[in-house]
Amino acid sequence: MSESSTMQLIPTLSDEERRDIEAEIAHLPDRQSAAIDALRIVQKYRGWVSDESVAAIADLLGMSPVAIDSIATFYNLIFRKPVGRNVIMVCDSVSCFIMGADDVKQALMDKLGVDLGQTTQDDRFTLLPIVCLGACDRAPAIMINEDLIYKVSAENLDEVLKGYE
Amino acid sequence: MNKKPLTERILSADGGLVSFASYQAAGGYDSARKALTEMQPEQVQQQVKDANLRGRGGAGFPTGLKWSFVPMGEAAGPGHKYMVCNADEMEPGTFKDRYLMEKDPHLLVEGMIIAAYAVQADKAFIFIRGEYHKAARALESAIDEAREKGFVGKNVFGSAFSVDLVVHRSGGRYICGEETALLNALEGKRAQPRTKPPFPPVSGAWGRPTVVNNVETICNVPCIIKEGAEWYQALGIGEDAGTKIYGVSGRVNKPGLWELPMGTTVREIIETHAGGMQKGYALRGFLPGGASTDFLVEEHLDLPMNYGSIQAAGSRMGTGTMIIMDDSICPVALAMNLQHFFAQESCGFCTPCREGLPWLEALLKDIEEGRGSTGDLELLEQNADYIGTPGNTFCLHATGAIEPLTSALKYFRADFEQHIEQGCCTYQTSAPLKAAGT
Repeated sequence: MSESSTMQLIPTLSDEERRDIEAEIAHLPDRQSAAIDALRIVQKYRGWVSDESVAAIADLLGMSPVAIDSIATFYNLIFRKPVGRNVIMVCDSVSCFIMGADDVKQALMDKLGVDLGQTTQDDRFTLLPIVCLGACDRAPAIMINEDLIYKVSAENLDEVLKGYE
Repeated sequence: MNKKPLTERILSADGGLVSFASYQAAGGYDSARKALTEMQPEQVQQQVKDANLRGRGGAGFPTGLKWSFVPMGEAAGPGHKYMVCNADEMEPGTFKDRYLMEKDPHLLVEGMIIAAYAVQADKAFIFIRGEYHKAARALESAIDEAREKGFVGKNVFGSAFSVDLVVHRSGGRYICGEETALLNALEGKRAQPRTKPPFPPVSGAWGRPTVVNNVETICNVPCIIKEGAEWYQALGIGEDAGTKIYGVSGRVNKPGLWELPMGTTVREIIETHAGGMQKGYALRGFLPGGASTDFLVEEHLDLPMNYGSIQAAGSRMGTGTMIIMDDSICPVALAMNLQHFFAQESCGFCTPCREGLPWLEALLKDIEEGRGSTGDLELLEQNADYIGTPGNTFCLHATGAIEPLTSALKYFRADFEQHIEQGCCTYQTSAPLKAAGT
């Protein structure tokens, strides 16, 4: 990539993003090893990882954008599409399945009017499936943003969602 | 005699967080100090070997033996050596490592210091799954507290040994728990497993000697150093040493986790500690140690939960956290749920796994939804055998995937046949799982 096209294509990362990424690089033997950290950091500040951000990360780490994208799309916690203000991840693994996770998932889809992978029209919630959240003794479990929520049911969903505007 | 070296502090804190002060008051970091100031690295390895500590992440490999494969001194050549804790707890039905990390993070930090010293690793990572936010924060605080006291970092306890300990958050995917895939993820790459040999203790992270150990495994190290190998061996009942954090989920009265002598029977765990089945539900079968272990049934209840006994019964102890399938659950739907998980979590590198597992899921869906036909079960078995035979794929993901399927076909065959004959599912609670879209 020539320097001129680089300048047109790549917006700068914020100072905070650069600082956080460089802090990760400090623990690693080379810059490329921080690729997943960089994606997570950009997502922490922007909610998701756009094409422009992919290019900016590639530039910072000395990699090609396609290499960064192939890493980004491998990992399910990296979002390459915009998400809502709150991300709900509903466990669909075996213990939660036994304890009624399908009912919880259906109730969430009905209540929010979205399918898995979609965002509500008001951008309040994105609904995603997730594998076992490690809360099997208090199933069914969901995660909203960074909060693990236990013993969710169709009946207590309203109460659960209330705290997330 | 102390019978719960892993959880005694958590239990005294009433299940709350064990603070740095209470951890130290209970003798915390004495083991690390002893190892680093009074023992040679090889002595630490030997003591762990003598204690017969085996990996608690599922495979049960002897920990001290794994450590002894790491080249020491000049034999290691120039560069870093790495100690990595596998905190990527994603085996469905498993919730023991999260408990240890959230409640007593200093135990893992101390274990990591000792383990790093034993193999002379100057770089240590705790590779934690991205969803474990609370555990990651607890560990980061604990590392900061330990660093301030000089327990982590340069010249630990005033010794010549230095180690940089960092929490590394994952970007997701079950396959990161496979140790060589984990190393690729740590290096910032796609988490595809690597070919073995070379094994990580010889060539691991960034091509350097690397040990990967599970959280619970590492948490056993401080008490082995403090109390000795014989004491540790005596904690177990029968052939395996130490205690084990067992867990039960499903329709039992008191699902949860308990630190018990290694080799406690399945029956005692389910009936005494988990309080038995809920009223109105009967036990049909159980997965002894996570989603990738074969189903066992009532006749196996009196087996001791240790590596050898569960393996002899045709399954694996795995993570030791069992999942109970009660009589309200359709075995076909459950098998489909499990195959959905494994199909989705295939890294996509090997054809039998990438193409075969979704194919198995689709056939199970047909059977569950009443579209099964004669010969489908034989077809499932043939393909499961092909997909899951070790050596047909690079890693053991597909092998783990077919364990619950072939055992379900063995123990619950009548249910599968009934679905095909009647053209429907007769269980009311088994709503078919929708295909997940991300």
